[in-house]
Amino acid sequence: MNKLLAQEMYYLMVLGRAFEYAAKENYMKGNISGFLHLDIGQEALSVGAVKAFEKGDIFSGYREHIMAMSRGLEPKAVMAELFGKVTGVSGGKGGSMHLFEPSHYFYGGDAIVGGQLPNAVGCAYARAFLEQDEGVMAIFGDGATNGGAFFESLNIAATHKLPLLFLCENNEYAIGTNIGRTAPFKEQAKKAEPYMPTYEVDGMDVEAVYKVVSEARKQIESGHGPVFVEAFTCRYEGHSISDANSYRSAQEMAHCKARDPIQRFKKALHEKWLCTEQEIQNIETKAQKAVENAVKYAEESPEPEADALFEHVFYEEGENVVS
Amino acid sequence: MLYREALNKALDEVMSADDSVVTLGEDVGLYGGSFRVTEGLVEKYGEKRVIDTPIAELSIVGNAVGMAIGGLRPVAEIMTGNFSLLAFDQIINHMAKLHYMSNGKIILPMVVRFPQGVSRQLAAQHSESYEQMLCAVPGLRVLSVNDVNYAYHALKYAILSDDPVVFIEHELLYNKKGEVDFEQKLNPFEARIAKEGSDITIVSYLKMVDDVMLAVPEIEKALGCSCEVIDLCSLNPVDYETLKKSIEKTSRLVMVEEDHKTGGYGGQIVSWAAEEMFYALDAPSLRLAGEDVPIPYNRGLELASIPTPESITRDIVAWGKKNDV
Ligand SMILES: Cc1ncc(C[n+]2csc(CCOP(=O)(O)OP(=O)(O)O)c2C)c(N)n1
Repeated sequence: MNKLLAQEMYYLMVLGRAFEYAAKENYMKGNISGFLHLDIGQEALSVGAVKAFEKGDIFSGYREHIMAMSRGLEPKAVMAELFGKVTGVSGGKGGSMHLFEPSHYFYGGDAIVGGQLPNAVGCAYARAFLEQDEGVMAIFGDGATNGGAFFESLNIAATHKLPLLFLCENNEYAIGTNIGRTAPFKEQAKKAEPYMPTYEVDGMDVEAVYKVVSEARKQIESGHGPVFVEAFTCRYEGHSISDANSYRSAQEMAHCKARDPIQRFKKALHEKWLCTEQEIQNIETKAQKAVENAVKYAEESPEPEADALFEHVFYEEGENVVS
Repeated sequence: MLYREALNKALDEVMSADDSVVTLGEDVGLYGGSFRVTEGLVEKYGEKRVIDTPIAELSIVGNAVGMAIGGLRPVAEIMTGNFSLLAFDQIINHMAKLHYMSNGKIILPMVVRFPQGVSRQLAAQHSESYEQMLCAVPGLRVLSVNDVNYAYHALKYAILSDDPVVFIEHELLYNKKGEVDFEQKLNPFEARIAKEGSDITIVSYLKMVDDVMLAVPEIEKALGCSCEVIDLCSLNPVDYETLKKSIEKTSRLVMVEEDHKTGGYGGQIVSWAAEEMFYALDAPSLRLAGEDVPIPYNRGLELASIPTPESITRDIVAWGKKNDV
């Protein structure tokens, strides 16, 4: 990782956090509705993993704003989607949980827990079949590793030696239930051990995440089959905006925040890459500005036209229908 | 009492009376349930009877089938109907069929609680209604709960009954207020007359009953008529007797539902009327339903995709004028 990349990742982390706080604020104001799952606390994972997977396809769940922006989606297009505006990534039809941008190889945005996993397997199959070099990364929570789709995906990906990187964000909670109550062990990588190589990483450390995912990416692209990476992380907010987070003690939260990924990386920027206070400040200001612009853009964007309701139910409606 | 409190009370009472009743689902225990229906139960009945499950819907229903076979009375909660699709093999191939295939030797005293419907801007993967699929499977009782009093009585009845029951709840009804008559004897398979009237029979269920009730004063004013509103309560079996009596009186039928129109449940009611009530009807029946599109996130589009009190009023008034009501 060089200084430029380090600065870019710092920018994305700060942007991500400011974006999430702005989204929260705008939810309170009634500009955003529905489910809103914030990624605050988990920025290192979202940014580090996506930047390390510079090429290739990404399938994620519903906590994906920061991943989408790390993939190059415009903050204003993401914010406009949260506002339900026509200028949003999904034209206002998807909202927070459904961000898709195929031109950036970013697919979701899946609100069905684990639902993206078989899709990622299929895409990895297509990449291998078409002899395209890049692999696929599927990002999912610890809660997703208890469902059938997960085990089916491990099995098929390993059987066909697919170029698929399974990235588990283990924040220990599925809504309000601790993983210890729904699985016999905390390390979900154990489930993948019979099928593929597994790695663990500190998900609060962006450098570590970047390193491990970069290596895992090389490995899947070498044709030896899938790899499983488990990153241990911690979300600061409730599961979604309607969750009061009352199942975690103040002590647990304090422990969580003591590992803050942004503070930690800021220190590294100073010490390792010799960034000046001014350089860091500039990055923070730029991120803040980008978020302000995104909110302004979302506010000023128009609502979808009424006809949009019937658009895209089918591809170019009617034209491809055999008559 | 709130609707969700009525359900909670029903569960609580049945659990306290019968040790074999257990409830299972995602977040139902320590967290108290996504919609707070199971709040407080784990403290009272312990983790063996209030079971926090993994996110594994197929297992939630499949395990409940096994628990019922094994002698328990499980009440499984599917967090929302959309996730039930992962359990549909268990619902259809097992829950609905084992009693029949075993020639009656296996009984399945179990309930699947099923919150569903268009809530508020949750987008397509969190907005579906599946009564049409559930009712298309012989062997399942399907209750649809609008009213608070009914919620309390029907859930108790469902848990105590020896049939497998899918108990559909609408996500926007949990905070509805209502009185509960604890002493009442209520048969949940009987339709409820939400309002008596003489000129139009409006049939609905779940949340749409409330929207119809909001629309009715305007409709009556505009058409100078009186509407009878029927809340079906049970979608399988249907209380056709009550419908028949009402249509004989009013000679007009309107069906209102939230689900997509094509293949939607109301097609059953309207086709029944075409077959059985043809000569009693003075006008073609009207069916109001959601559009045939995945539910969009944007609020304006979302409201345009389902019937609302405004569109119900508009459409029934237009139909009434055309048909000399
Ligand atoms: C199939 C399915 N079941 C249940 C849900 C409801 N649900 C949404 S998020 C969630 C918890 C997921 O936890 P995890 O996978 O650990 O991800 P995290 O939220 O921690 O990022 C649940 C149960 C769902 N969306 N899909």
